Amino acid sequence: MSHNLSDFVAQSVQTLPEALRLLAEPADPSLGPWRPLAGGTDLMVTLAAGTLPAGRYVDIWPLDELRGITVTDQAIELGALTTYTEIRQHAQLMTEFPLLGLAAKETGAIAIQNRGTIGGNIANASPAADTPPALLAYDAELELTSLSGVRTVAYSQFHSGYKQMDRRPGELITKVRLRRPPSDAPGRTVHYYRKVGTRAAQAISKVCLAAFARIDGARLLNIRLGLGSVAPTPLRCTRTESVLLSGPLDEALIRRAEATLAYECSPIDDVRSTSAYRRRVTLNLLRELLQQCRSDRRE
Amino acid sequence: MKQPHELREASVIGTSPPRKEGVAKVTGKAVYIDDLPVAGALYGVTVRSRVARGHLRGITYHPGVPWEDFHVVTAADIPGENTIALLEKDQPCLADQRINHPEEAVVLLAHPDRELCERARRLCELHIEPLPTVFDLDESLDGEVRVWGDDNILKQFSIDKGNVAEALATAPIIVEGDYATGAQEQLYIEPQGMVALASPKHGITVWGSLQCPYYVHKALATLFGFPKERVRIIQCETGGGFGGKEEYPSMLAAHAALLAWKARRPVKMIYDRHEDMLATTKRHPSRTRIRSGHDESGKLLALDIDFRLDGGAYMTLSPVVLSRGGLHASGPYHCDHVRIRARAAATNHPPHGAFRGFGAPQSVFAIERHLDKVAAQLGIDGAELRRRNFLAPGQTMATGQVVRDEIDLPELLDRALTMSDYARKRTEFARLNAESASRGTPIRKGIGLASFMHGAGFTGSGERYLASVVAVDATPQGTVRIRASSTEIGQGKDTVFTQIAQDVLGLPSHMIEVVRPDTAEVPDSGPTVASRTVMVVGKLVQSACQELRRKLSEGGLLGESYTPTEFASACDIFHQLGGVLRVESQYQQPTGIEWDDKTYKGDAYATYAWAVYVAEVTVDLTTYETRVDRFWALQDAGKIIHPVMAAGQIEGGVAQGIGFALYEKVVWKEGRMQNAQMTNYIMPTSLDVPDILVEFDDRATRLGTPAAHGPRGAKGIGELPLDGSAPAVASAVQHATGVLCGAVPMTPEDLMQALEAAR
Repeated sequence: MSHNLSDFVAQSVQTLPEALRLLAEPADPSLGPWRPLAGGTDLMVTLAAGTLPAGRYVDIWPLDELRGITVTDQAIELGALTTYTEIRQHAQLMTEFPLLGLAAKETGAIAIQNRGTIGGNIANASPAADTPPALLAYDAELELTSLSGVRTVAYSQFHSGYKQMDRRPGELITKVRLRRPPSDAPGRTVHYYRKVGTRAAQAISKVCLAAFARIDGARLLNIRLGLGSVAPTPLRCTRTESVLLSGPLDEALIRRAEATLAYECSPIDDVRSTSAYRRRVTLNLLRELLQQCRSDRRE
Repeated sequence: MKQPHELREASVIGTSPPRKEGVAKVTGKAVYIDDLPVAGALYGVTVRSRVARGHLRGITYHPGVPWEDFHVVTAADIPGENTIALLEKDQPCLADQRINHPEEAVVLLAHPDRELCERARRLCELHIEPLPTVFDLDESLDGEVRVWGDDNILKQFSIDKGNVAEALATAPIIVEGDYATGAQEQLYIEPQGMVALASPKHGITVWGSLQCPYYVHKALATLFGFPKERVRIIQCETGGGFGGKEEYPSMLAAHAALLAWKARRPVKMIYDRHEDMLATTKRHPSRTRIRSGHDESGKLLALDIDFRLDGGAYMTLSPVVLSRGGLHASGPYHCDHVRIRARAAATNHPPHGAFRGFGAPQSVFAIERHLDKVAAQLGIDGAELRRRNFLAPGQTMATGQVVRDEIDLPELLDRALTMSDYARKRTEFARLNAESASRGTPIRKGIGLASFMHGAGFTGSGERYLASVVAVDATPQGTVRIRASSTEIGQGKDTVFTQIAQDVLGLPSHMIEVVRPDTAEVPDSGPTVASRTVMVVGKLVQSACQELRRKLSEGGLLGESYTPTEFASACDIFHQLGGVLRVESQYQQPTGIEWDDKTYKGDAYATYAWAVYVAEVTVDLTTYETRVDRFWALQDAGKIIHPVMAAGQIEGGVAQGIGFALYEKVVWKEGRMQNAQMTNYIMPTSLDVPDILVEFDDRATRLGTPAAHGPRGAKGIGELPLDGSAPAVASAVQHATGVLCGAVPMTPEDLMQALEAAR
């Protein structure tokens, strides 16, 4: 035990407006602003390690209005407090956006999956988180709510630097929206997710690639690449995507894409892995994905 | 009425009764140290150096907590000698002037409020003037920066047989190689913890999670300058040890006792996982250089081994770890000309210590990897190369010890090869891998093996010096109580001792009680280490029970055969007649065992367990991850007392060995572990561990001549599986990828680097 609980203030709220009012309060000179506490699966770890900054925490776990998965004609919407377990159990979500389910399955242990939330995973802003690559591959949108209203942000624009994000003071992530593609969208779809964490469970990723692609014959019609653990933020690889859309998917194009991706990611050495390994494996995963795209074509 | 021969036929030896200690554990009733309710206890915390080497110039207690309410202990408060007495007295209990590693304890703080303790710990500043450091084993041996004694050498010896220089000069083929193994954390489930009571009137009493009550006892008696009877050590239920609770508990017990002594109140100290990983001992990192000479058939003509261990900042048990490592360094192979040079060097890492296998996993890894290198160089299959070099009964080992075990290693090898379908897979995988390589697909498969042995009991004359004692008594109700300091640490000691007693006395399990280790209640049967509990202490349990039975029958109270009720009434009458129904049995070195500590010649161990392990792996070149798909563990460890628990020991050891081989890497920076969390120190999960096929052979018993040193022919098995698992996995990785895999852990990062270097 390395923490001192008396350094912390935590308050539970029962309604969203109540939460928003606290979040809108000016920062306390000694304790700082209120910070949201959802499932707590990361905050409790940093608390135990003694690295959680002292301060004021608003416990939003009781807010049922932020829970649940809604399906409309245009989108599937996840309340920010939707847990990994709820994601895994939602049949339609798993069919239409399987990468999210794969990511949820790879996250922590069952107990963590029962408690950890999609909104918390996003706001915690770890570059090694398991769901952000999947959200990037599906070009998810976030809904942020404050006392002054509701704002929508493309998830690919949300993270701006290590633990930096487009969340304004007083705002709470309330919803994650996945746009459902039209049923007559052309081409064959490929959903790819691979987390590299060395052990088969309970791992923090060293590299994670999620991708969604549409392919028609020898050409990619659309591709979105989301990478984890190889940059200060979860990374949408738009330059590599542009290269891949620029011509037929042949060996020459794959090589150009690899070169671009090597440039686009910026992995580091840390206690979990090395920069060289992360870069090499990132490219290997890209190749595996693209070979999957090509072999699907041959079938 | 049962006849004696019927008793024998009905023996529980070799059956697997439910674990005696199991119900309390699975129902949550077992009391571990942090469960122990202690009225009025203070919490104790440790202020550590955080600097790897330096002079301690001062301590500042910054404002922010009510310091007047704290009990503060430094080296100046120690009543006796400031040392953790073990082999040498070089390690202080609390650093005084010199700091030698970054987790050195300097100040102890106690307060009723656990959180306030934590705040105070952060407000206690140590002023340390840094000194030059050494973290690399070979730099330490170069001796440029002296961090211990005159030359940084904690222990060195050499084992010499024949004339290596001459044999190497004339051998037609010479193969050289360098091998290395990393530090490994024991990761017992329960972190270390102690509760201490101390008063001038009653002396010191400590409860704790520990393997060796009398080690702690000796350390505290020295620290306080007390006579033995004023120190009492009681083992609580212990959630695993693997050697990690062999020497470090003496340190933690000393800290808790010093705080309790100063505060005159009970003190509880419990490490969290982070502190436990940072501060307690780990497996010694090793480097080994081997030069061997062969004829064209691969036969070993000369073996020159240079074996080095990083001992960390203090001696602790390094000399003994080095001995066991050196004594296993030439493996189960015959060679007329052997030189083994062994050195343990001091560095500014926290002291490395005991870990299941105790030096042998390090040296066995090196010789096994070397043989695969020889095999590749000569174009001989690794299994065949080993067969050509196996030791046979009557031949001599490196120390000159004549193999007297009833052992047939080629037969053991054949069985392992058949079990695993080795020959077919060896060819098949090679073909598949070639195909995959030409198609550019990433999957490679490999199968590999290791053959090895592990000496049971203490090294050399260790058992003679220990002179362990087991006592057995019986109550008037006929309950037989086994008194030994051997601890139950998850391995099932209470169950096995009960079986051994039942075998002699013919009583049901519930009439046998295994007394909890408490130095006020049990004699010193030695530490619970070195694969010695069943073989050495179990033999004493057996002989003490035989003596008890003799005592009752000599008085005519017990016939040749009897029922449990008759046994109970015999005990009752004996007590009524005023007799003391208590016997002791003390270890006697068997005749014919000779060992010379100075020359490292003679019988290093009374007997050995022998094994062949085979691993099958898949390597994915997309991620360079290795997965162990199947594992076969075949061993001859004499008579197996409890087959289910024994198989459990092997499976657990193999899993730990797989971790040692592929996953578990301590990341060091300036002597501190950087990944001291289970999220970043990657231990394999159940999903990463394959099906493990465990088989036991007992050739000696099969031939009607059970091994002599343990009860009913039992030997030791606790450490054995750690020795051969990593080299078997590495051998399979070599088969899959062509990379020699001479260093473990072989993480995906390392394998990628090796493959790129080979290109």
